[in-house]
Amino acid sequence: MEIKHTALAGTLESSDVQITLSEGKGISIDLDSQVEKQFGKQIKKVVTDLLAKYDISDVKVHVVDKGALDCTIKARLIAAIQRATDTQNEQNWGVLG
Amino acid sequence: MERLRRTMMFVPGNNPAMIKDAGIYGADSIMFDLEDSVSLAEKDAARMLVFEALKNVDYGNSELVVRINGLDTDMGKADIYAMVKAGVEVIRLPKTETPDDVVETEKIIAEAEKFFGIENGRTHMMAAIESAEGVLNAPAIAKASDRLIGIALGAEDYVTNMKTHRYPDGAELSFARNMILHGARAAGIAAFDTVYSDVDNTEGFNHEVEIIHELGFDGKSVINPRQIPLVNAIYAPSEKEIRNAKAVLNAIEEAHKKGSGVISLHGKMVDKPVVARAERTMALAKASHLVDKEGNIYVE
Amino acid sequence: MLNKVNREIPDEILKDKNYKPFETTEIGDPETTYVAHKVKVSQGNDKLVDSIPDVIAKVGLKDGMTISFHHHFREGDFVFNMVMQEIIDEGFKDLTLAPSSLTNVMNDMVIKAIKAGTVTHITSSGMRGSLGDFISHGGLKDPVVLRSHGNRARSIENGDIKIDVAFLGVPNSDAVGNANAIKGDAVFGSMGYSLMDAKYADKVVLLTDTIMPYPNTPASVKQTQVDYVVKVSKVGDPEKIGSGATRFTKDPKELKIAKTVNQVITHSPYFKNGFSFQTGSGGAALAVSRYLRESMIDKNIKASFALGGITKPTVDLLEEGLVNKILDVQDFDKGAAASMANNENQQEIDSSWYADPYNKGAAVNQLGVCILSALEIDTKFNVNVMTGSDGVLRGAIGGHQDAANAKLTIISAPLVRGRIATVVPDVTTVVTPGDSIDVLVTEVGIAINPRRKDLIEALKDVPGVPVYTIEELQKRAEAIVGKPEKLEFTDRPVALIEYRDGSLIDTVYQVKD
Repeated sequence: MEIKHTALAGTLESSDVQITLSEGKGISIDLDSQVEKQFGKQIKKVVTDLLAKYDISDVKVHVVDKGALDCTIKARLIAAIQRATDTQNEQNWGVLG
Repeated sequence: MERLRRTMMFVPGNNPAMIKDAGIYGADSIMFDLEDSVSLAEKDAARMLVFEALKNVDYGNSELVVRINGLDTDMGKADIYAMVKAGVEVIRLPKTETPDDVVETEKIIAEAEKFFGIENGRTHMMAAIESAEGVLNAPAIAKASDRLIGIALGAEDYVTNMKTHRYPDGAELSFARNMILHGARAAGIAAFDTVYSDVDNTEGFNHEVEIIHELGFDGKSVINPRQIPLVNAIYAPSEKEIRNAKAVLNAIEEAHKKGSGVISLHGKMVDKPVVARAERTMALAKASHLVDKEGNIYVE
Repeated sequence: MLNKVNREIPDEILKDKNYKPFETTEIGDPETTYVAHKVKVSQGNDKLVDSIPDVIAKVGLKDGMTISFHHHFREGDFVFNMVMQEIIDEGFKDLTLAPSSLTNVMNDMVIKAIKAGTVTHITSSGMRGSLGDFISHGGLKDPVVLRSHGNRARSIENGDIKIDVAFLGVPNSDAVGNANAIKGDAVFGSMGYSLMDAKYADKVVLLTDTIMPYPNTPASVKQTQVDYVVKVSKVGDPEKIGSGATRFTKDPKELKIAKTVNQVITHSPYFKNGFSFQTGSGGAALAVSRYLRESMIDKNIKASFALGGITKPTVDLLEEGLVNKILDVQDFDKGAAASMANNENQQEIDSSWYADPYNKGAAVNQLGVCILSALEIDTKFNVNVMTGSDGVLRGAIGGHQDAANAKLTIISAPLVRGRIATVVPDVTTVVTPGDSIDVLVTEVGIAINPRRKDLIEALKDVPGVPVYTIEELQKRAEAIVGKPEKLEFTDRPVALIEYRDGSLIDTVYQVKD
C-alpha cells in the first residue's frame, strides 16, 4: 500500500498517542515517549508489524506517545493509515482479524 | 436468569484513558459511544479505538454495548461491520423512530455476521428512542427483532422534540417513560432510563433514580462512574425483601426435595411471578454485596 | 553484599562511608549518645541584622561547612534562593547542603550551587524535577544521602548531620528570635522539621519579613536558640505555600481506591474507639478522610489522635469532636496552618517527636492506621517512593519509612499509571521494606501481606472488596501494560537510600541514556 499524503490520528491526551504518517523512502520511525526506556522497542514493534500487514514499505512515521497501551497504538496507526490512503470507511478485514 | 442491568455507563469512543479504565467501576453494562460524543472528523478513529479495545481490554463481567452512528449516515454500516467483527455483545441503534429502523439495522448485522462467518443472531441489539414518533412506536419497536435485549429513552433529543426541557420533577418525561417501559415489558425485554448530566448534583440524580426504580425500569444510563454506586444503592433490596426472597427460594427447594410440584409458603401457594421476583431480589442482593455467595445476609 | 531486602550494596560504600547494610525494621533498644552544639553567648540585644551578606559574615560561614534549610514554605519558598544566591556569589566552596527536603522552587539554585562548586554534598528527604534529573545523570560527584524525616532527626541528634549554620525562614519573629509560623502573611502552621535545626545547629539564623514586638508568643523557635534575625522583604508566596481551599478529588478511580481504603480500615480490628491515624496529602488521602468521617459517625467511633502532615479535612474532624488531638509536624494547606492558631488540641511536634527511631519513643510508635502512597510496590511489598520507573530521582522519603511503623500500614495506589505498572516484580528502588507494609489497596482490589494472617482473616469477606495475592495483582498490571525492558544504569552511585535507623537499604545509580 502507498501513502498518498500526510495524515495523523490520535491526540496528545494522557494514555493516547498521536501518529503522523508521511511519504518517505523505506520505513523510518521517530518516537517521542515518556516511557521510551521501558517500552520504546515494543512501541516500534507494534508499528512495524502493522505496517508490514498493510504492506507499507515506504513511510515516515512520527509517534508522540503519552503512555498509550498497545491496543491504542494499533488503533491510532490503523486510523492514520486509512486516512493517509483515503480508505477511512473501507476496513481491511484481513489485517484487522 | 435474566442479567442485571442497573447501570449502563457511557464511555466516549475516542477517549483512550476512559476506554482503558471503563471496566473498573462495576457498571453492569458499558456503552462505548461512536455517535454524539465523537466529532465528525474523528468517527473513523473512534471506531478503530473501540474495535481494538473490545478485542484486547478485559472488562470483566460487564455487558459490552456500542452505540453506532445512524444508518442514515455513511458511518453506520462501517460501525456495524467493525463491531460485529470485534465481537460486541450489543449494538445500540440511536434515534429509533420506527420498527423498520430496527429491521434495517438487523439486516446489516446479519449480513456482517455472515460476512465474517459468525453465528447468525449472536450480536444483540438495543434501540434508543429519542423522539415523539419513537415514543409512540415504542411497543412496536420493542417487538421488531428477536435480537433486541432492551429499549432506552434518550431524553435530550426527546425534550427538544417536545418543545420543552428537563425539569427536576420529571413530569416532561412521564409519558415517554411509561410508553417505553410498557413497550419493553410487553415484549419481554429490558427498559433503560436516560442519562442525568449534572454529575455533581447527587440529590437530583438520586431523586430521578428513585422515580424510575419505582416505575420498574431495569436501570439507568450513567455518564460518570461516580453515579454507579448511587444507582446501585437505590436498586439494593431491603433486608426484609431479602429475607422474603430467601424464604421463597427455600420453599422451592423444600418442594423439590419432597418431589412436590406445588410450592407453598406460610400456607399460601407460591406462583411463578413470586419466584421470579425472589430470584431477582437475590441477584440484586448479591450484586449489592448485601449477601455472600451462599446468600447469607452480611452482618455489619 | 546483598542486604536483607536483596539489594546489592557496594562494599566500598559500606567501608568508605561506614555504613551497615539494612537488616531489619525492628529498632530494638540500643543505646545512643546525642551530640551537643556550640553556643556563642549573647545578651540578645544585637541579634537584628539588616542583610543576608551581613549575617553570612557574622555567623562565620566557611568553606566545607554544613548549612541547612527547611521546606515548610514548599513551592512558595523565597528564603532558600535568596540565601544560596548570596553564598554562591561570595564564592564559598565545598559546602554540605542538609535541608529537611528540597522542593521544585529550589532546583535551579541547587544545580547552580553544584556547578559553582559551592555545594559538593547533599543530604535531603528527596528531590524532584530538574534537580532529580541532574543528580540522576551524575551531576554531583558525591552520592546524595536520602533520609526519612525521623532519620534526619536521628542523624542530627547523633551527629551524622552536624549543622554549622541553619537558615530558617519564618513568617514572624521578634528581634531576639521568638518565632512561630501561625501569624503573618506566609503562615505554614507547624514548624515541625525546622525545630531540629533550631535545637541542634551551632548557629541559627531566622529570616523573616515581619518583626513582632517582644515577646512574640506563642514561640515555636525560642530566643534561647537563635543567633541572628534578618529582616527580608518577603519570605514566601502565600499562594504557593500550601494548596488553597482543599478540594476533594472527583477522579472516579481515586475515589474508588479511597473508598476501599476506608473499608479496609473499618473492617480491621483497629477501628474502634480511641484509634489513631495518619492519612497524608493528595487527592485520594483527602477522600479517605471524608469516607472515614462518615464511618466514624455511623459507628459512633472517635479517634484519639491524627498524626503527621495535616490537612483541613483532618482539622474539621478535630473541630467536630471526631478526633481528640492532632499531632502536627507540618500543614499541607492554609486551613490546617491557620487553625493551629486557634486549636489548642492541634499540637505542634518536631520531627524527633513525630518519627525518630532513636529517642525515648516517637509518636509513630503509637500510631494505629497509616495510609501511604507508592510510585511502585513489588511482590515482596517493598515500596519505592523515590525513583520513577525510568530510574530517575523524583520523590521524597518523607515520613514513609517512619509512619509505616503503624499497626496497620496501607499503601493506596492505582494498579497502573498511564503505561507504567505500579505493582511490579521488583521495585526500582527499595525505600520502605515490605516487612512494614500490611495491605495494598488498588482500584481492582486489595492484597494483604502474607505475614499478616490476622488481617487476611479479618478482610477476607469485605463486601465488594476482592482480595488477591500481590503476585496476582502484579500479573494483572503486566497484562494491561506489557513487560517493560530492564532499565540500564552505570555502576556509579548517585544516591544512597538510608533506612530510618541509618543502615543502607538501597543505592541509586546514574542512569544510562
